[in-house]
Amino acid sequence: MSGKKILICGNEACGEGAVMAGCAFYAGYPITPQNELTSYMAKRMGETGGVFIQAETELAAINMVLGASAAGVRAMTSSSSPGVSLKQEGISYLAGCELPCVIVNMQRGGPGLGNIGPAQGDYFQSVKGGGHGDYKLIVLAPASAQELMDYTALAFDLADKYRNPVLILGDGLIGQMMEPVTLRTGEYKPQRVEKPWALTGCAGRKQNIIRSLLLGDGALEEHNKKLQEKFARMKEAEVRAESFNAKDSDIVLVAYGSVARTAKAAMQAARDSGLKVGLIRPITLWPFPEKMIQEAAGTCNKFLVVEMSAGQMVEDVRLAVNGKREVHFYGRMGGGIPTEAEIVRQIEALA
Amino acid sequence: MKTGKKKIDEGKAGTGSNIAACPVSLKAAENHYCAGCGHGIVHRLVCEAIDEFGIREKTIAVAPVGCAVIAYDYWDFDVTEAPHGRTPAVATGIKRVRPNNIVFTYQGDGDLAAIGTAEIIHAANRGENITVIFVNNGVYGMTGGQMAPTTLAGQKTSTSIYGRSLRNHGYPLRMLEMLAVLPGAKYLERVAVNSSHEVLRARRAIKKAFKMQIDGKGFSMVEVLSMCPTYWGMTPIQAADRIKNEVATFYPLGVLKSC
Repeated sequence: MSGKKILICGNEACGEGAVMAGCAFYAGYPITPQNELTSYMAKRMGETGGVFIQAETELAAINMVLGASAAGVRAMTSSSSPGVSLKQEGISYLAGCELPCVIVNMQRGGPGLGNIGPAQGDYFQSVKGGGHGDYKLIVLAPASAQELMDYTALAFDLADKYRNPVLILGDGLIGQMMEPVTLRTGEYKPQRVEKPWALTGCAGRKQNIIRSLLLGDGALEEHNKKLQEKFARMKEAEVRAESFNAKDSDIVLVAYGSVARTAKAAMQAARDSGLKVGLIRPITLWPFPEKMIQEAAGTCNKFLVVEMSAGQMVEDVRLAVNGKREVHFYGRMGGGIPTEAEIVRQIEALA
Repeated sequence: MKTGKKKIDEGKAGTGSNIAACPVSLKAAENHYCAGCGHGIVHRLVCEAIDEFGIREKTIAVAPVGCAVIAYDYWDFDVTEAPHGRTPAVATGIKRVRPNNIVFTYQGDGDLAAIGTAEIIHAANRGENITVIFVNNGVYGMTGGQMAPTTLAGQKTSTSIYGRSLRNHGYPLRMLEMLAVLPGAKYLERVAVNSSHEVLRARRAIKKAFKMQIDGKGFSMVEVLSMCPTYWGMTPIQAADRIKNEVATFYPLGVLKSC
């Protein structure tokens, strides 16, 4: 089986990554463009002896995940933008209770009901909090079906490692596009950790309590400090990004997810016509690859951030650049997809 | 709740000779409930049932948001909190991955009958093999005595200061009667804790609800009519009398369903 190549859509690849990581519980609610994932989990949980529940609401789905996670198993839910908004309450509780889980958001056009086209308008919600209170999620942004499989598996390992929810931020494009995916059978091994905190029944030990409510004088501040120390450790250890020609460029593109693939093609086209263009592609949106951006700011002249939004990640690029270089933006919204030609035109205008 | 009394043997609790002893599942803790509140009684009845079946070490409770939010300060078994009303969804997640554990929710009327209406209906409809203890005192106690879905017509609360108007606020919700039509709900009983006689009946009902789960029979729920003297503006005695004279006339006591 190792190395076997199959043709599946990104949503299914994401599900297979979860199965590969030993996901034993999935709860979801129908919403386009991620329905292939829910259907895939219905099938695969049945085959692997895991639990699949089609929940009555997104609220119920994320809270079923909270329960399964509290009970010590690897658990996942998925949705798309409006549904992920509904999950934010649960995500805040999961972070506050330090419960690991994986949440998938295959973004669609917004705001409101929007449409079912691909979009990246949930960046702020994903990396700046989303729910109430001070918390962070590790946010992974795969750019292909293969990465959806690999990073979903990684997401489970990271969630357990830090006792924190991890978000897979995709979009309708990579979720529904079919691509060849190499299975990692025999190659990937889940990084299991002990979970002495899990609710298993108190036989042979004191009771375990899972809570985010801390009413004692100063107790919640202490808890928050502990969480912030954990987030600092994540920030130190879990930044992932890739760069192409970033040190040898006048203009550095910054794009993530499916847009990064188009941006890469635009970079190549621009280079073919003699323009010195590079690309930085954040793979973790939080923690954000600030250092890589800062280093590029030392050698390039301008940045061009490309997103399927009105300009959200561009703010983090500006924070990292800190006024040293011009940071420009090109975006499409509401299901509009930046094309290679459009990006090249933007590059030419800046060159 | 504060007690220095001796603990009784786990698995042998609730026998007549040990009636005054403290259940093993109940911790010695400072009581945070108001005078005349029913929660202390219901906490104890739950612990007695758990002791009696010898299931303390396999029990996992889901506490609500409401006055019983810190139930884990009193209970000596595994407990998780849940977002307001999502209690049955959290219990579903736990029970499905740990079917051999005993999982119960403990919810108030705001948690179960307002913000968590969808969760309780669907957990019952799926026939989740869990036990639900529903404490109905007709007000939001923790937040200061606001109107609940179960507040009786004409009852004054901080958000129905002229009395609950059916025209403006709708009718009090009878949750058990709603759930009774669902094939997934297997045991539904309404009890009260306003007198020693009713407490004994409540005790039997709560035991039955746990026994249903132990036997794998599916969803069981006990609604407990409970007193809130503080937000009813009454003495504990008056509040207990009100259960009999007013509350139980709208929410009739007894078994609604037993399969």
